Amino acid sequence: MTAYDLYLVSPYLALAALAMLVIVADLVTRRTGLLVAISFVGLAAPAALSAWQLADLTSSGASQLSAEGSVILYTLSIDRFALFFNFLILAAVGLVVLASNDYVRRMQRLQGEYFGLMLLSATGMMLLAATNELISIYIALELTTLPLAALAAFLPNARSSEAGMKFLIVGAISSAVMLYGMALIYGFTGSTRLDEIAIALATSSQSGALPFGSMAVLLAVVLLLAGFGFKMSAAPFQMWVPDVYEGAPTPVVAFLSVASKAAAFALVLRVFYIGFDALGGDWWVLLAGLAALSMTIGNLVAIAQRNIKRMFGYSTIAHAGYILVGVAAVATVDDESLTFGPSSVLFYLAAYAAANLTAFFAIVCIGNRINSDEIEDYAGMLRRAPFLAIALALALIALIGVPPTSIFMAKIYIFAAAINTGESLMTWLVIIGVVNSVVSAYYYLRVIKVMFLQPAIHTERLGGSWPVNVALGVAALCMIWLGVAPATILGAAEQAAVVLLAGG
Amino acid sequence: MPTGFTGLLTVTVFLPTVAALLLAVGLVRGDRNIRWFAAAVAVADLLLSVVVFVLFQPGGERFQLIDRLDWINTETVHASYLLGVDGISAPLVMLTGLLGLCAVFVSFHISHRVREYFIWLFVLQTAVMGVFTALDFLLFFLFWEIELVPMYLLISTWGTGRREYSAMKFLMFTILGSAFMLVAIVAVFVSAGVGSFDMTRLLEPGGALDASRAALPMGALFWLFFVAFAVKLPTWPVHTWLPDAHTDAPTAGSVMLAGVMLKMGGYGLLRINAGMFPEQLQAFALPIVALGVISVLYGAVVTLRQTDLKRLIAYSSVSHMGLVLLGLGSVAAVGGALTDAGLTGAAMQLFTHGTITGLLFVAVGVMYEKTHTRYIPDLGGLANRMPLVSGAFLIAGAASLGLPLLSGFVSELLVFFGGFRAFPILTILAVLGIILAAGYILWMLQRTLFGLRPARWDELTDAGPVELVPIALLVISIVAVGVYPAWLTDVFRDGLEPIVSGYNTGLAGIAR
Repeated sequence: MTAYDLYLVSPYLALAALAMLVIVADLVTRRTGLLVAISFVGLAAPAALSAWQLADLTSSGASQLSAEGSVILYTLSIDRFALFFNFLILAAVGLVVLASNDYVRRMQRLQGEYFGLMLLSATGMMLLAATNELISIYIALELTTLPLAALAAFLPNARSSEAGMKFLIVGAISSAVMLYGMALIYGFTGSTRLDEIAIALATSSQSGALPFGSMAVLLAVVLLLAGFGFKMSAAPFQMWVPDVYEGAPTPVVAFLSVASKAAAFALVLRVFYIGFDALGGDWWVLLAGLAALSMTIGNLVAIAQRNIKRMFGYSTIAHAGYILVGVAAVATVDDESLTFGPSSVLFYLAAYAAANLTAFFAIVCIGNRINSDEIEDYAGMLRRAPFLAIALALALIALIGVPPTSIFMAKIYIFAAAINTGESLMTWLVIIGVVNSVVSAYYYLRVIKVMFLQPAIHTERLGGSWPVNVALGVAALCMIWLGVAPATILGAAEQAAVVLLAGG
Repeated sequence: MPTGFTGLLTVTVFLPTVAALLLAVGLVRGDRNIRWFAAAVAVADLLLSVVVFVLFQPGGERFQLIDRLDWINTETVHASYLLGVDGISAPLVMLTGLLGLCAVFVSFHISHRVREYFIWLFVLQTAVMGVFTALDFLLFFLFWEIELVPMYLLISTWGTGRREYSAMKFLMFTILGSAFMLVAIVAVFVSAGVGSFDMTRLLEPGGALDASRAALPMGALFWLFFVAFAVKLPTWPVHTWLPDAHTDAPTAGSVMLAGVMLKMGGYGLLRINAGMFPEQLQAFALPIVALGVISVLYGAVVTLRQTDLKRLIAYSSVSHMGLVLLGLGSVAAVGGALTDAGLTGAAMQLFTHGTITGLLFVAVGVMYEKTHTRYIPDLGGLANRMPLVSGAFLIAGAASLGLPLLSGFVSELLVFFGGFRAFPILTILAVLGIILAAGYILWMLQRTLFGLRPARWDELTDAGPVELVPIALLVISIVAVGVYPAWLTDVFRDGLEPIVSGYNTGLAGIAR
């Protein structure tokens, strides 16, 4: 362990320290505003350290930060890919902290713990995007999941407890399944490091007749994929999603749907593109199947929902499907320079984060005041809360994929990556994807219809406090910005994805 | 590759959006002020669009008045903000300005959520103008999709009858069509050697896609685009959203819908299906013409049975838009023998149908506002009570059935000239549709304007000065095209000339 190692992990240490600081501060002060302020401003430290690392990377021109004698390198890879997710997750957690302001005030106690757990989970997510070794993947994953389970159960009511319990149990099962997969991989390749696994898989004696070369690897990949599927909320591992989304505190759901999903996809990209690089021709079909299933199940079941949080639960399953299309867009020919599946995934995650956070912040504000998440109670919202209603409407339009919003660009990009592979199966996947977008228009628009066209039952005006409004405004602006001028983030995503393609 | 930045098109396209933003932030207050502000903006935008039409010089560069800025420029994606007009789009921009003004002027009686109403109307106008001027696929698709939301809200909020159902139906049909177009656009983008969303590159000499480079089979691309445009046109059997949307939309919505939004479909067929896939258009001419002729006949027969004025006009639109497909299919006549008659006729049909149907809807809108009914058996003898509106209705009807010296005659004649050389029997069948048109139009006029007037219509008054503005403008344009069509056909022919000469030189290059 050298000083340089400390520098490499400094953003994670800073974030974890911030979590502790908030919990301690809660013992000293009872002012919610102060806790929000500490959590939000404190995020500047990990963000600044990440920015420093990014500057280092840029000046050195290397693909990953490294120094003589550093040991962290074998478990964490501090590259543009990891830093992209650092910024994405920090931005998401920052906005969610702001948006929790009103919500947390209604809790009698444990306010510090609320923010502390959220920051700890974010630490896990950031680590997840940087890990390149199976055991640290497992640890990072648990660090992500356990605080989230506690957060899901944070409200003193049955639904919230059910959400927490479901999340915990399903999370534990998926981790167990994943560990099986990891054990098999280790047994087969003799290493837990992704780069060594890649070399072992590429050189191992394989029977060409079998997919993945051997039954052991096939089983391992399927088990790993099942474990990751829970984290990505992809079908057919999606059954926990609606219940948890309905029961958990709304800001937690916002965090879960955006940051946790981003981290899960970061993990999948790294494991599959680096560790299983040699088997790309085999696993993309599996991922394409999951994508088709997720899109279709998510969108079809969402139509029948009456609770807006449940509806978003199914919507997030559908979006996991769209993102999987990008993950599956592997180069099946040798020319990897043509592949832009991974960068499209990164861009989609950022675009989805902006749109979904906007939607959830509006739902937080509205739900806080009307004490209901039923869609029918949103009637006349345009009159009662014009700012919230318009922001939510824009977010819903974005989620359909209608311009000029972030997800429109992201969808174009992800579908382009898919067709670019030249596989006819991928073209069909794109067709399934666009038809699903059409289906999704129906249920997203229904919410807009209720808000804009139906008369209000109550006429009381609604609104949130200024921190929530700021969070909502920033998320909405990002959503439009990514739709109108996506070049900056698109360029960053492309640079970040280079690690996956050239590396291996 | 056209470059430069003139700015005129940007101003023309985005003036309505700027006005909408000014309305949204509450700069103009009070319903009366909002209406006159909207009218002023609409007049300004019409003038700008006329300037665009006048400044466009046939015989010059293919694309003129270019506005180009870098939009997205990363390693994998190249898209630009690229606006420009050629002979096909310049008249359609003017048409949009004209009908945008009509839509505003027929909306003076709206008193429910006035500010929002004009905001959405203006957003709609920007979107449609954007579709006609965008020369970058990404930008084109962006405008194409943006148009959905305002139209959905216009129908569902200010419409009548089953408005929410109709609005949703309109939206689902259109969005399904554009979903297919998205696949096609993405496939064109990733095709080898394209790498950008620039439409003009594909229209340049040697820039055309061919099967060896396309990411999907050329035929698949052609049909993916075709479906999107056929829904919008609309053609049988994907026309069913149109009668509902038209009937339940507010008058301005119907005017915009029939006047310009259907033209987006026709424009797409000319620009993309004919311009970029000439071989496929030729190969698939027969099924396309068959669809067109079915639309003409089916639309006409169904029109005969309608008793709601707006529904009647809506079905007649299905019939008339079928002729666009017939004109398009005329390219099957080849071997140095292709004249530009069919394609020019199709393009002319877009313009003339826009003005004629616009006028029909304006007149019906005024009648409905005065009588509160569109049910034909309830009407009758309105001619002496409302002479000006009735006159306009009469002129529009006559133009619609193709009376010489009015604009409809010109476009239909050109389509039949072109179509007859390629598909004589189908064209003769389509002419039957025109005979049916004479039937339903004259019958409609007779039942509403003439005959016995029920006593309750004795107190009706004629159109006021505000409504007379769009009526006068549309009548002038219909007569002007009918009497001297060359000022318009020359521009369209200039825009279509590269396509026609491409066919006649053996498709070596679709270029000037």
